[in-house]
Amino acid sequence: MSPRAVIVETSVPRLPRGVRLKHDEVRSQWVVLAPERMFALDDIAQAVMQDVDGKRSVSDIVDGLAEKFQAPRAQILVDVTAMLQEFADKGVLET
Amino acid sequence: MTTPPPLPLAMLAELTHRCPQRCPYCSNPLELSRRSLELDTAAWLGVLDEAAALGMLQIHFSGGEPTARDDLEALVEHAENKGLYTNLITSGILLDRQRLERLARLGLQHVQLSFQGAEPIVGDHIGGYAGGHAKKLKLAAMVSDIGLPLTINAVMCRENMHQLEAMIDLAVGFGAQRLEVANVQYYGWGLSNRNALLPTRAQLDQATATVEAARERLKGILVFDYVVPDYYAKRPKACMGGWAQRFLNVNPEGLVLPCHAAQTIPDLKFERIGDRPLADIWRDNQAFTRFRGTAWMPEPCVSCDKREVDWGGCRCQAMAIAGRADVADPACELSPDHDVMLAIAEAEGTENTMDDTDYTYRQIGGST
Repeated sequence: MSPRAVIVETSVPRLPRGVRLKHDEVRSQWVVLAPERMFALDDIAQAVMQDVDGKRSVSDIVDGLAEKFQAPRAQILVDVTAMLQEFADKGVLET
Repeated sequence: MTTPPPLPLAMLAELTHRCPQRCPYCSNPLELSRRSLELDTAAWLGVLDEAAALGMLQIHFSGGEPTARDDLEALVEHAENKGLYTNLITSGILLDRQRLERLARLGLQHVQLSFQGAEPIVGDHIGGYAGGHAKKLKLAAMVSDIGLPLTINAVMCRENMHQLEAMIDLAVGFGAQRLEVANVQYYGWGLSNRNALLPTRAQLDQATATVEAARERLKGILVFDYVVPDYYAKRPKACMGGWAQRFLNVNPEGLVLPCHAAQTIPDLKFERIGDRPLADIWRDNQAFTRFRGTAWMPEPCVSCDKREVDWGGCRCQAMAIAGRADVADPACELSPDHDVMLAIAEAEGTENTMDDTDYTYRQIGGST
């Protein structure tokens, strides 16, 4: 068994096998498709998940978002870490 | 003016009713479809095209046992080419490593494997297939080894409730990502065998405590889905996410159903794949529109603030318990028929000793 992925600033998150990010053309939204579940993403979650590529660290992702949205980095780090931890605990993200 | 219905998100593709196991809780109808009536490969490929065009995102290949069809590879490949997420719901008994690897290569995303117990005596007794448990163990190890995501579906009933902890350990041992602790739902064969399957209240309370503790202990390691039997519920489940709201089911003969038990409701008029485009059937076939939304609801549903949360619960359960489908699910404590359900739980959810005669095993040709 693999241990729980704990998301910290240096983590490099990726989508595990069997999880994919897809643009749902019919409903004009992004969704995460996972085993027997799916999650529709709001604009913020989509912006975060687009950057989850197994190469960028949480820190890199937060830098990008802080730049893109012209928002305070510290707050974005807290929000993004919490969001990624939630996805990890749902089994749709690994490190 | 009516707003157009939402589009379906997922399809349960019941490729066949054939299955080596004979589980007495099977959700297939008592009148099982024969092989000669099954849709052929070309027809299923057409269904997948229509599903993708209609905006469906996930396809659950199920049955019966979907691997009993030798065209499963072609269907998985086609679904993946159409961008549909493919899931295989299997007993695991007919699959060998070569075929599993082939399916994975063609894009299969996930395997859900059922277990009827934590060891062969109980597991093979409930499954009605000698040697079945051992084959499941082998398959689970293969799925893990190949690296496909795995859900263990632990189907719980009175005979195996005491093995829940061991079934959780099995799932962790296989490296499964998800565990469904799925209490039997009482439709089809399950309803016929309810008297032998329904757990006691004490068993259910114990199982709930076990799941809650394990969920906490295994956070981030194993995702739990816990389904309780409606007979001990206070509020109904949002069956199918609401009738004709999110899902549809195509049965082996190509009947398009709002849920897998819908044929138990007498006044529904189903259409068949090929009769009309799937989009049209979804939109305005009588069986879909009959209970879609809230217009059909009587009290206590129509004035309930949960009416678009649980959608009045399960129509088939209302049919089974209250004798009509257009009333609140008796699982709801606000239903006038709720005490009927409680009385059934009290009468049938009792300790008793098991022997072979307690189950009516599933078989082609109906129950005897």
